[in-house]
Amino acid sequence: MQNNQIELEEVKKVDDTHEITKGVSVSIHDLKKDYGDRKVLLGVDLEIKPGQFVAIVGRSGCGKSTLLRLVAGLEESTAGSLHLAHVYLPNNKDTRIMFQEARLLPWKKVLNNVSIGLSSSSLCRAKEVLAAVGLEDRSDEWPARLSGGQKQRVALARALVHKPKLLLLDEPLGALDALTRIEMHHLIESLWLNNGFTALLVTHDVSEAIALADRVILIEDGLISLDIKVDLPRPRLHSSSRFLEIEEDLLSHLLKTIK
Amino acid sequence: MKSPAIHKIAKGMIPWLTPIFLIAIWQWSAQAGYLSTRILPSPLAIWQAFIKLALSGELWLHVKTSTWRALTGFGVGGSLGLILGLITGSFKKAEVVLDTTLQMIRNIPPLALIPLVILWFGIDEVAKLFLVSIGVFFPVYLNTFHGIRNVDPGLIEMAKSYGLKGFSLYWHVILPGALPSILVGIRFSLGLMWVLLIVAETISAQSGIGYMTMNAREFLQTDIVLVGILVYALLGKLADVLAKGLERSCLRWHPGYQSS
Repeated sequence: MQNNQIELEEVKKVDDTHEITKGVSVSIHDLKKDYGDRKVLLGVDLEIKPGQFVAIVGRSGCGKSTLLRLVAGLEESTAGSLHLAHVYLPNNKDTRIMFQEARLLPWKKVLNNVSIGLSSSSLCRAKEVLAAVGLEDRSDEWPARLSGGQKQRVALARALVHKPKLLLLDEPLGALDALTRIEMHHLIESLWLNNGFTALLVTHDVSEAIALADRVILIEDGLISLDIKVDLPRPRLHSSSRFLEIEEDLLSHLLKTIK
Repeated sequence: MKSPAIHKIAKGMIPWLTPIFLIAIWQWSAQAGYLSTRILPSPLAIWQAFIKLALSGELWLHVKTSTWRALTGFGVGGSLGLILGLITGSFKKAEVVLDTTLQMIRNIPPLALIPLVILWFGIDEVAKLFLVSIGVFFPVYLNTFHGIRNVDPGLIEMAKSYGLKGFSLYWHVILPGALPSILVGIRFSLGLMWVLLIVAETISAQSGIGYMTMNAREFLQTDIVLVGILVYALLGKLADVLAKGLERSCLRWHPGYQSS
């Protein structure tokens, strides 16, 4: 039975500052997913405002990646509803996902990887976005020649070239070293601030979630167990006392569930 | 101190030292009379036979005929293998319908079909083309099938979520992903192509390298037999070099084919 509906509304919304928001709102209601007997999501309710940066944390196997894959349309839910209420463009071509691995096509040069799914006339735009992630000089390189961090930056450019209204990030920095991760945090943050898309980040790294998100959601056993607002000014300092307080709070919740 | 250029040439020579050494010993033992010319003529005698055949134009005629047979058979069998492999690899239903049958046929050695082939086609050109085609079909078919099946599902998922579908998904993702495996199949079948052709030409032919050597055998011209064998070796090597070149140009993106 498929009760999953993705409704697309074409509504012009104007936010407080009278700027047209470029992000899309996401509303998830009682979303359930099982794989046979194994119940992964037991009924998730979540409202995300346009342009908000939301991070989902949780222990491995808690269902956070499944939630993201449902939002991305890569899998179909067992029950519940999932609405993407758009501001401008009326279909979910506006959702783009960045995977755990870069998933670049090894037989295409960097620039052609970025422009995948675009018409050949948009090569110019691909070049611009590649420059925005700082890799314009590597556009003629094979992906095999890039480092892990560079590959993920190409993957980020590939997602952004479609001007997504909703960017989904499925632990994209999990395999990178600590320094590259911090660099990527700054890059993702600045691109998000410039482009105004809604972002949904799945991560197991609590401090990464706090560094980037407006809101951190904790998923435990298929349900949302905690929803914390992160009201720190950007760019955020990992050493600020409020940062550490929130981190402490989240970690203690996570550890409690381990027992 | 050696200059780098000389050093490089010297390094390139090393693989050739063993064959040169062996040929030298061969020439020496033939000259000293340890080897009967009936069994193994000296390298020099083979070279002279080669020159004679080349100058008379006879050799080229046979090489031309054999090459034509090899390439036609390869073209027919290889393209059928490629097409069927693409179909069974891409469509589960086609696999269910066709694969079992093809696997059964695959287990028949092509050479075991010779009596049947002679009954069907006589000792005509068609018989030789049939044998070569059926032999090269299976390596291409199997490797194409597995190449398609082994394309990274993560890449396919990514491409679909980025809006690729149908032909463009096939052209940009599935086919290039299967290409390394397809080329392995092609390289393998190029080797088989010569083996099968040699056998087919040895059985019955009015021209071709196989005919030339069988004819020479009847007149006890061991030197010409050896020329024929060496020409086969050269053609086989040539086919392999071409296949390698094809791999290198088609798989430039592959880390395994990149010179740093």
